[in-house]
Amino acid sequence: MTTLKIENVCKQYGKLETVRGVSLQIEAGERVALLGHNGAGKTTLMRMILGLTPITSGVISIKGATPGSRSARSSIGFLPESVAFHGALTGREQLQHFARLKSATTLRADDLLDRVGLSDAADRKIRTYSKGMRQRIGLAQALLGHPKLALLDEPTSGLDPVSRHEFYDIVEELSAAGTAVLLSSHALTELETRTDRIAIMSKGKLLADNSLAALRQTARLPIHVNVTTSEADADRIATELGGERVNGRSVILTCQQDHKVAMLGQITALGAAIKDVDVTPAGLEDLYRYYSNVGEGA
Amino acid sequence: MSIFAITRLELLIARRNMWVATSVILMALFTIVLTLAGGAPTGSLGVDPLTVAVTSITTLSVYLIPLIGLLLSFDAIAGEAERGTLALNLTYPMSRGEILVGKFIAHLCVLGVAIAVGLGLTAVLTIWQYGIADMSFQPLLKLFFTSLALGAAFLGIGYLVSSLVRQAGVASGIVIIIWLICVVLYDLGLLGALVADDGGTFTKDIFPWLLVANPADAFRLFNMSDVSVSELASGVGVAGGASGATGQLLSLLLWPIMALFLAWIAFRRVEP
Repeated sequence: MTTLKIENVCKQYGKLETVRGVSLQIEAGERVALLGHNGAGKTTLMRMILGLTPITSGVISIKGATPGSRSARSSIGFLPESVAFHGALTGREQLQHFARLKSATTLRADDLLDRVGLSDAADRKIRTYSKGMRQRIGLAQALLGHPKLALLDEPTSGLDPVSRHEFYDIVEELSAAGTAVLLSSHALTELETRTDRIAIMSKGKLLADNSLAALRQTARLPIHVNVTTSEADADRIATELGGERVNGRSVILTCQQDHKVAMLGQITALGAAIKDVDVTPAGLEDLYRYYSNVGEGA
Repeated sequence: MSIFAITRLELLIARRNMWVATSVILMALFTIVLTLAGGAPTGSLGVDPLTVAVTSITTLSVYLIPLIGLLLSFDAIAGEAERGTLALNLTYPMSRGEILVGKFIAHLCVLGVAIAVGLGLTAVLTIWQYGIADMSFQPLLKLFFTSLALGAAFLGIGYLVSSLVRQAGVASGIVIIIWLICVVLYDLGLLGALVADDGGTFTKDIFPWLLVANPADAFRLFNMSDVSVSELASGVGVAGGASGATGQLLSLLLWPIMALFLAWIAFRRVEP
């Protein structure tokens, strides 16, 4: 059974439509990244999945259960954006409390504290924690009770690069254990290798929902080739290859994916004049900009 | 299960935030002072020393217990909404009713401990001063349970306010106003109306019911129903016999239920 099924969901606050006709499915073990500007409707979509806010129209089902029902809530792990806890409690007390609510053992809570690297700080008051440490407690509570669906809203904000890496390791473990993961993020680069699918939202609409490779193919964004040469040869090579000379000894070329090999052949044929070649495919950032603009009709 | 998990956590928070200590110290201090000071006029009046103590403690409790109840409860929902912990809590598999009841049990325990310590000290001090002979502890038990009911009513009112506003600061302001109205202004208003009415239908038919409709007055009347004692009490206490002990008890029992129910209705409408 599909873990999360969203069908033509809309959300209206008065006259303002924040989510417009979104359909999305996530299977067990799939990792889907939800991208979008602030106010694109990502958080509202998550709140509807959680049953925190009513759906104006459309249907959401979590393993067949309606959002907000006890069985739906039992099978979701949620990490809210800028997660907060009562400062007077210690990390361990807070997590053990959540474990009781999710019918998990307190032993599991202690294991998870280890897993997110908080075992040393577990018995300190949460008010002494850094933002990153609170985020780790937030992640740990989302992992309690073996969720079928993990909803992670901006999970890596406030984490340093090493912590981010560890975070995605945990997400990988989760999905390997069969949890469907939906996470929203602004940090685009790290999503490239760490998710199975990318969904892009803008102004309440879902504009794209596919693997990164497929999105690249549809967008047909050019590949950038950076050729390093000597200062003397730069101008000659720029005209020969049809590129643009930048900062003295580099030439930037752009081409489509299907011309890439031919172009590289052309470059290597120039022999010793070429010092180095860098090939950069369209990054997620370019893709994101492309799809956002398509949606806005620009 | 969820209810007790919440109760457990709230008790922990109440202990950490010094709410338990504050309530207990408040109650203990005031009851000690009143019990010791209350002993002075006993000789001339010839009433049971414990009854005198109970009377002065009742007068004090009318002010103090609603205040403690409201202070314990105003933050319950609005504070969590403000801190941002409410949304996460509401995604856990438990109903809002369970959350409310869990918090209520914890706060009632805090109140119960504070009242028990206060009244326990009264009993000990009275025995120490006058010996245990021919002393009846029934008024003390009555006072304990009705204090708890009074506190429960104001806990419920606090949750209601906390669910209706979004900021804990606003909630605290509103509960202070409610406290002022219930324990001070309400009685003043009734007195004013009595004077203006000058023994008419208001005094005979409406006033007694209005008096017990306020849980604070119901509590005062119930614990000072003894005629010999009512002379010690000031203000409107004397005038309220009409509705009888049943009416007073009913008011004290219905208020917590009604307030909690309304709080639950309001809490269900909260969108975090």
